[in-house]
Amino acid sequence: MVTETDVRKQTRDVIAPLQGRRGALLPAMQAVQQKLGYLPLEAMEEIGELAGVSANVVYGVATFYAQFRTKPVGRRMIAVCRGNACSVRGSERILETIERALNIKVGETTPDREYSLETVACIGACSMAPAMKINEETIGKLTTKAAEDLFPKKAKQEGASEK
Amino acid sequence: MAQSNSKHQILVCQGTGCEASKSAKINQALAGEIKNAGLSDTIQVKATGCHGFCQQGPTVIIEPEGIFYTGVKVEDASELVKSSFVENKPLERLLYHDPATKKAIPLYKDIPFYSLQHRLILRNCGEINPEEIADYLARGGYTALKKVISSMEPMQVISEVQRSGLRGRGGAGFSTGKKWEAAYKAKGSPKYVVCNAGAFMDRSVMEADPHSVLEGMAIAAYAIGASQGYIYVLSDYHLAVKRFNLAMEEARKRNLLGKNILGSKFSFDIDISLGAGAWVCGEARALLCSIEGKRGMPRVRPPLSVDAGLWGLPTCTNNLRTLASVPLIIDKGADWFASIGTEGSKGTAVLGLTGKIVNNGMVEVPMGTTLRKVIFDIGGGIPEGKRFKAVQTGGPSGGCLPESALDLPVDFEALAKAGSIMGSGAIAVMDEDTCMVNAAQGFLSFCRDESCGKCVPCREGLPLMVEIIGRITTGKGKPEDLSRLIEMSETLMQGSLCGLGKTAPNPVLTSIRYFRDEWEAHINEKRCPALVCKELINFYILPDKCQGCGICARSCPADAITGGKRMVHVIDQSKCIKCATCLEKCPPKFSAVKKVSGEAVEVPKEPVPIAAGAATK
Repeated sequence: MVTETDVRKQTRDVIAPLQGRRGALLPAMQAVQQKLGYLPLEAMEEIGELAGVSANVVYGVATFYAQFRTKPVGRRMIAVCRGNACSVRGSERILETIERALNIKVGETTPDREYSLETVACIGACSMAPAMKINEETIGKLTTKAAEDLFPKKAKQEGASEK
Repeated sequence: MAQSNSKHQILVCQGTGCEASKSAKINQALAGEIKNAGLSDTIQVKATGCHGFCQQGPTVIIEPEGIFYTGVKVEDASELVKSSFVENKPLERLLYHDPATKKAIPLYKDIPFYSLQHRLILRNCGEINPEEIADYLARGGYTALKKVISSMEPMQVISEVQRSGLRGRGGAGFSTGKKWEAAYKAKGSPKYVVCNAGAFMDRSVMEADPHSVLEGMAIAAYAIGASQGYIYVLSDYHLAVKRFNLAMEEARKRNLLGKNILGSKFSFDIDISLGAGAWVCGEARALLCSIEGKRGMPRVRPPLSVDAGLWGLPTCTNNLRTLASVPLIIDKGADWFASIGTEGSKGTAVLGLTGKIVNNGMVEVPMGTTLRKVIFDIGGGIPEGKRFKAVQTGGPSGGCLPESALDLPVDFEALAKAGSIMGSGAIAVMDEDTCMVNAAQGFLSFCRDESCGKCVPCREGLPLMVEIIGRITTGKGKPEDLSRLIEMSETLMQGSLCGLGKTAPNPVLTSIRYFRDEWEAHINEKRCPALVCKELINFYILPDKCQGCGICARSCPADAITGGKRMVHVIDQSKCIKCATCLEKCPPKFSAVKKVSGEAVEVPKEPVPIAAGAATK
């Protein structure tokens, strides 16, 4: 369990090199999220202090940009692209398939904290559309079948003996 | 290391697409095979950035011949090396095969995808190792920067760019020369150059040829008198960031970046600013807010950002592809550049071919090339023999143009006239299976989610418009909804500060303009002609085709299908979630699942034995 003082100390360590830099707010938030996985309230207070703004402002920026999270997320972050190349190639159905496979909706995390599901504007892999990312790995040319196969099968109530 | 001409090079594409197909391992495997064959002295294996033909990836090119291998796998490495360099004949099975004639085309310059292109901005992409500055120098890199520093006054550089007719590649198409002149004349110090590298095509260039961007930024900085530059790129674009960092390091070592560049009084350096995922930050003023560490929101003009941009100081923001064009203009002259393209749009357009198109990838054509040539001759047309329906140019807020618009030239004016935009250069092709109402809703929802919320018509109007279209797609539309949507679109375009709000209605307006009958079918007949809108379609299992195999019932995520061995299966319409899994899973030899909209299909209410099903064929 990470305590509040740990969070503050870790945050200060991570952002110390950015002290005095112009426009340090976003880089600081990115660095802290990289380290902690999300931005806890205490971290936002520390970052605000460094950047010379209130924690309110930090929170405002954090909720504006898709990259930042104010809640802890699963070990594996699934980001389904919904840019126009991907949506033309059926990203919506990919998303539905994953929602069904994991039994969570966009923005949610599985109870075992293994997977979080989100959508992103464009991951720049348009030539591989529809595409998604699981943590750093880009997976493209998805089909509903391929998307389903990426996740452990839910135990089906009946007819589970396929093949 | 200079390479003698007798040497061969194996270029392994490591763009985003090919890299996701493990092309780094292919590179290693090929290098290993070359070493084992004792050919390391004469043959060099080299990683390159994206060569554009992503559909055929991972691609490998043998130079100097230009032999083009497609879909290469790690296990092909030994055969490829043996065939190409021991037996001296291309490995037939990995060559590109013309889809029509089925004939192999060994050289990439003969493949229509490449032969119809005019690669200026992409001149080095896929040809050089982006991590080696020597490669860029060997192809004439940094000569333009040397030329401007040693022999040109800033105003001379600006008037050369102005004469070339170069316009911003980011979307708005503003004259680059004019922007530079305004930034040059602006009072305040220091001045900034900002490179906007937000789009997929920008990322590819950054990964494949980072030095051309760096050189373009340095020339811009020299021209306007800036000492600091920023390149704004999404934090997700790891490879682009890594390669650009490397390029900057190499350039600093050679005094092409940093203090007193090439011994002159001109000093200039660059920082990478990592975007945090807000589409609105493609808009120049929102982008500057983001670099300053604020929420990315556009500002009221004036003041223009060339006068008061980053931290209130003069800032010149250019798209990456605009900047990558600059070294060529300086090298080859404004007249040469102006000879390419159309009256109002000079030079070339880098286009990202996506959607329902055979050749997905990134291409570059002279401005004025028709959409038909881009989609059918270069892009290879529509896959699976489907019919073309619409093309959206410029990104999610571009217009959707119908078949009758295919002979339009790709340039700023012609696309604007048709109700679309040049935008980012994205070309998203839609086939007959696309519902234009549903597509319009999708694009509009994207803009709704990405709206920064500053201007009321954008913040409040977009959700309402999405809601109205949502009504139409669920069969609750009213005839007056169309005029209401058009009216709201006009308000949105007039009442929004930035490009997002001004262009967001494009897909809706063009969809209504060109595909009105489809909207009317949804509203008046409660029918989706393309069989897409879920509330308006139904799935039925045809009793004369079902063989009772049970695959559909086992796959159905909603447990909506009942049946049994040798029984005609039946879908419970009240449970069906219209996911189409049954349609996909039903074996093609049966093809028993039928999707319909607005028509009733006669099927049994309960599972019945197959023989008892109507008229077994």
